[in-house]
Amino acid sequence: MNATLRWVRGGGLSTLLLLLPLLLVFGYFAWFPIGRAVVMSFQETNLVTDPAWVGLDNFRRVLEDPLFWTSVRNTFYFTGLALLFGYPVPLVLAVVMSELRRGRGLYSALAYLPVVVPPVVAVLLWRFFYDASQTGVFNTILGWAGLGPFSWIQDASSAMPSLVLQATWANAGATVLIYLAALTAVRGDLYDAAEVDGAGLWRKIWHVTLPQLRAILLITLILQVIATFQVFTEPYLMTNGGPQNATVTVLLQIYNYAFRFGDYGAATALSVLLALFLAVLSAVYFRLTRSWSTT
Amino acid sequence: MSERSILSGFDRARTGTRWSLRAAQGLVLVALAVASLGPILWLARASISTTQDTLRTPMAFWPSGVDWANLSTAWNQAQISHYFANTVWVALGSWFVQLLIATTGGYVLSVLRPRYAPAVTAAVLATLFIPGVVVLVPLFLTVLDLPVVSASLLNTYWAVWLPAGANAFNVLLVKRFMDGLPRDVYEAARMDGAGPLRMLWSVVLPMSKPILGVVSIFAFLNAWKDFLWPQIVLPEPTLQPLSVRLPLIRDTVELDVFLAALLISMALPIVIFLVFQRLFLRGAGLGGAVKG
Repeated sequence: MNATLRWVRGGGLSTLLLLLPLLLVFGYFAWFPIGRAVVMSFQETNLVTDPAWVGLDNFRRVLEDPLFWTSVRNTFYFTGLALLFGYPVPLVLAVVMSELRRGRGLYSALAYLPVVVPPVVAVLLWRFFYDASQTGVFNTILGWAGLGPFSWIQDASSAMPSLVLQATWANAGATVLIYLAALTAVRGDLYDAAEVDGAGLWRKIWHVTLPQLRAILLITLILQVIATFQVFTEPYLMTNGGPQNATVTVLLQIYNYAFRFGDYGAATALSVLLALFLAVLSAVYFRLTRSWSTT
Repeated sequence: MSERSILSGFDRARTGTRWSLRAAQGLVLVALAVASLGPILWLARASISTTQDTLRTPMAFWPSGVDWANLSTAWNQAQISHYFANTVWVALGSWFVQLLIATTGGYVLSVLRPRYAPAVTAAVLATLFIPGVVVLVPLFLTVLDLPVVSASLLNTYWAVWLPAGANAFNVLLVKRFMDGLPRDVYEAARMDGAGPLRMLWSVVLPMSKPILGVVSIFAFLNAWKDFLWPQIVLPEPTLQPLSVRLPLIRDTVELDVFLAALLISMALPIVIFLVFQRLFLRGAGLGGAVKG
């Protein structure tokens, strides 16, 4: 009793009260749902009757779904293309921008502008740009050069690259600014030293700039992979998985299981599988890259 | 902060290098302007064009005149004003909850440091490593029927506001900033008899303004951009924000009005970005620093 009183007098109670909003919100909306996800993936949940344990049934149903491997393949394809488009471009932009003596604010603002456009607006706008007719916006522009018309999101083979192009437009600016911040932090005397050794521009970039950015390049790579594996808005609003399931992604599958078919068990089972995959991927990645990121 | 970059002053003095550098920078500026501004300017033009013009000659400048009426039709008839107000309300609430959790949480974990603080910090940090998608369905079921209090938040803005507060990134950003504040100020305040609340309000918060600005701007913007979660927890159309409503009104209004609605939906975030540019650009670099 005395100890409790001393704790209250010493400010222990007011400290706990101040922390209460965080504990409640994280408890209800982060920690509890994370635990519940694991439990639910082994249960049948239908909101009417009490959840029943079904062992590995949910996982079996997800893995036997003919769309499972399609969605996995598409998600890998999206991630791969997103890296191909979206990884080198911001780096080149940031290097050129870091050489600016004046006007860096203007360049940065222009680069970042697409990031503040709400994704739904951007996707719906690009969906219109991708109009496959002769008078579509992109087809008109390409028509000036005698190209096209292309079918963009209406064709199974060009749909995914079209989605990636839009996603890159929407997100590249954020990466540019991260690289730019890292570039301005590179110590000038390293370049001085390289010049004393007779290094030209390309050798300075290769032997000083890139090694100095190594840590940030490695971390943005894995973060980009994790983010692109959870792509949803683009395939949902641009193509809704079509044409011929060419843009069905894992997250679209999860959404459809839960909110179209009411199969919450399958949805959480697939979520847990995706999370496990990303966790293993990150662990392997950090293990592999640890040796070269410390230099 | 280095006073030089890859090219040295000597490099820059050489004519050949100077001109290649200028050419590269000019090229990048044009590319950025076309890629970033192009689609936005096109939308601005299309939202005051007739549907016919936009469909037949998408790259021409008003062959049959400017159609200002689209904007007012979208705002009034298509009820964009209503969904705009919903979006502002959603964003303001999310902003407030995020700021409340991040400041009180960061303050306790960084300044007051009770004995259990490291455990709470670790538990908050852990959620940063769980991909958001994992909790999508269980979070939805939690919102449908809150444990212990057994209330449903479905079709209330609390369903968007409260989960927005469970943002580990904000809490850790604020905590890390407060870790860097001079601790002797707290001791002085404590000597003067300031309690924990008083100290938060009149000592810690005023010193934390820079980081609270960054957290605020991203909290508001991210709430404005959010689509999937509001779509799941706000099935009632009259409550929905713009991002949820826009895909649905696409089929019910004319194309020119729809494009005007898109322009209105992106206007506020862009204005906020232009006004608070410095805060944004600093925050974006900061994001990388914390992640890295």
